[in-house]
Amino acid sequence: MAEAKKAISGMNPRKLIIGAVALVVALLLPHYGVTDNAGVLPLFTVVLCAVYALFALGLNIVVGFAGLLDLGYVAFFLVGAYVSAWFMSDFISSQNIHILDTARAVIPGIHLTFWFVVIVAGIIAALVGVVIGAPTLRLKSDYLALVTLGFGEILPEVFRNAEKFTNGTKGIGPVDAVGMGPFAVLPGIDKTITPSDYIAKYYVILVFCALFVWISIKLRDGRLGRAWMAIREDELAASLMGVPLMQTKLWSYAVGALAGGVGGAFYATIVGTVNVDSFTFAFSIIILCAVILGGMGNVWGAILGGVVITWFNYTGLIWIGQKINKAFSTKIDLQKYNFGFFGLVLVLMMLFRPEGFIPAARSKAVKQADKAADAAEALVEGAHA
Amino acid sequence: MSTVAAPAAARLKLPKDLSSRVGLIVLALAIAFIIRSFISGPKTFTQVLTIGLSNGALYALIALGYTMVYGIIELINFAHGDLFMLGSVFAAIIMEDGFNKTKPGGSALIFLLVALVGTMAICALINVTIERLAYRRLRNAPKLAPLITAVGMSFILQNVGIVLNGSAPHSRRSVLPTGALKLGSIEVKYKYLIVLAVTVPLLLLMTYIVQRTKIGKAMRATAQDRDASLLMGINVDRVISFTFALGGALAGAAGTLFVQVNGQTRYDAGFRLGLIAFTAAVLGGVGNLLGAVIGGVLIGVIQGLNDGAPGFFGQGWTQTVMFSILILMVIFRPGGIFGKAQQEKV
Repeated sequence: MAEAKKAISGMNPRKLIIGAVALVVALLLPHYGVTDNAGVLPLFTVVLCAVYALFALGLNIVVGFAGLLDLGYVAFFLVGAYVSAWFMSDFISSQNIHILDTARAVIPGIHLTFWFVVIVAGIIAALVGVVIGAPTLRLKSDYLALVTLGFGEILPEVFRNAEKFTNGTKGIGPVDAVGMGPFAVLPGIDKTITPSDYIAKYYVILVFCALFVWISIKLRDGRLGRAWMAIREDELAASLMGVPLMQTKLWSYAVGALAGGVGGAFYATIVGTVNVDSFTFAFSIIILCAVILGGMGNVWGAILGGVVITWFNYTGLIWIGQKINKAFSTKIDLQKYNFGFFGLVLVLMMLFRPEGFIPAARSKAVKQADKAADAAEALVEGAHA
Repeated sequence: MSTVAAPAAARLKLPKDLSSRVGLIVLALAIAFIIRSFISGPKTFTQVLTIGLSNGALYALIALGYTMVYGIIELINFAHGDLFMLGSVFAAIIMEDGFNKTKPGGSALIFLLVALVGTMAICALINVTIERLAYRRLRNAPKLAPLITAVGMSFILQNVGIVLNGSAPHSRRSVLPTGALKLGSIEVKYKYLIVLAVTVPLLLLMTYIVQRTKIGKAMRATAQDRDASLLMGINVDRVISFTFALGGALAGAAGTLFVQVNGQTRYDAGFRLGLIAFTAAVLGGVGNLLGAVIGGVLIGVIQGLNDGAPGFFGQGWTQTVMFSILILMVIFRPGGIFGKAQQEKV
């Protein structure tokens, strides 16, 4: 408690106010959402924004903290979603196991409680992260990007072809709803989250986001986080200072993948079906866009980026397009340009604001130091002239 | 950085380290697979082989663009595959809408030649523009920045593809002769021969430019040491621009031939084929021009066999096979089948 007080008093008041406003907005956001799919803020988009914020938090650890470009984040998303699909639906129909689930007892298949499945999904995704990372993390940064991209392409193709285990492009569904279990004793919480109850879904994923923010910050300020940033800044120097490169990088992969798995497992329950066609390279790029837009290495930036990018992708482009068409009586289909939009975000951010909207404390410090050095140099040159 | 065609002498010494041993095992398995496939269906096998060779020639053209750019500025140009895709779309538009040539015969082939040159010029221009606007400004930035920019560029080009071509595959008509050359029981379609007839001279021209001309010499020098080249009075910016132009032109040529042979344009072709071509570049050793050509042909044949020959995995697994090769190569032999792994400079 005293620590928390110290932390609060140590922050500047502006930050405190922004943080409080953000928290209130995050809590109240779904109550301003509309249930139909038109308008500026459909509830479904609000939920997706939170899910993608979780993904962005995960990728931020890999790309932002450790500086490893991962272009195959979709792999972890896929693993998490399929773990949900296998253990929360009637797909494995030879079994009939029900543990604290929400499905009716007559339905065959393995039905476990979401709270257990989500942990398993996270752990399996983390293991996949380690398996992918172990042979590849020795590579140079550009090759690493390519190999992760490769894994992100291979995994969906394997899942597409292994129809016996994944039902291929037909997909697995319906996935059971999330049961609130012991939380249901609290007032205002239903026993089961019904498919259309997006507000409840939002609060569940918000809790995961909050948990992951806490994990991110704890790790960042700890020994592991400092090791990640050392590697990001200069791998050779870090290894000379005694940072175990492989181990440290593997941890970043595992933690990043964990968020992907958790988000994937949750995504399966909100959408209700898991289909291999939803796992594309574009997903990896959207998440990367979110991290870069927000500010590589900044936890709050990743959330902001995730929310903004997701809103644009699912609602914003359509909404803005409609507004433009109405105002100028044109017939532009802005959604057609969403690939270009993401590409443009990446390119423009890299060219003009590589540190993102909310720069991480470190990149701010580095920039200031650079400026000071430039100024000093100018001064010296001026003195000579 | 050996942009100069490295000595293609395969190392005949018995390898000592584990990675080479794994490589040998993989190679042995591959050869066993090929022999088994040939025995179970020699006719399909040879047909598929010719398709593979012709595709391989196209991959070689694309792979050269990757390898030259990597050789000179150490950037994996993710957008290069999409440039090839745009090339195929432009070529189709020029042939069908511009010249209204949709049937083989008559003067069609001459118009095709004009379209080829036109597409090459357009793609060269686009590639130079991309370098000028984006990559050049990031030349001294941390390595992630140009890489992410290249990914972004790839998406932008794909979107241009969607706008020009639609989000569904668009079938296009070919002006190449439809018959086949018969050699005993083996048939080789003319269109594949034409691909080779265009690609081989282009590759020879490429080699001539890089090996014999002044600008080629400047390219090799810049690839070896940019700062030293600058000190020797080489206009490095111009040399890099020229490299992008050359790579873009080859991608344009590959695009033109691709649409004529396959009769289809699709906006995501660049992503798929581009990565296959990059695999080819890695196979031959990134930065190695001759390696890229050999890697391209090799990858084309492997893909052809996998997709069509009896006893292989089939089309559903193409991506997996390609990426597995890429991943195995990058992990075990990052220098390619001819080259040696490079130590990171301090």
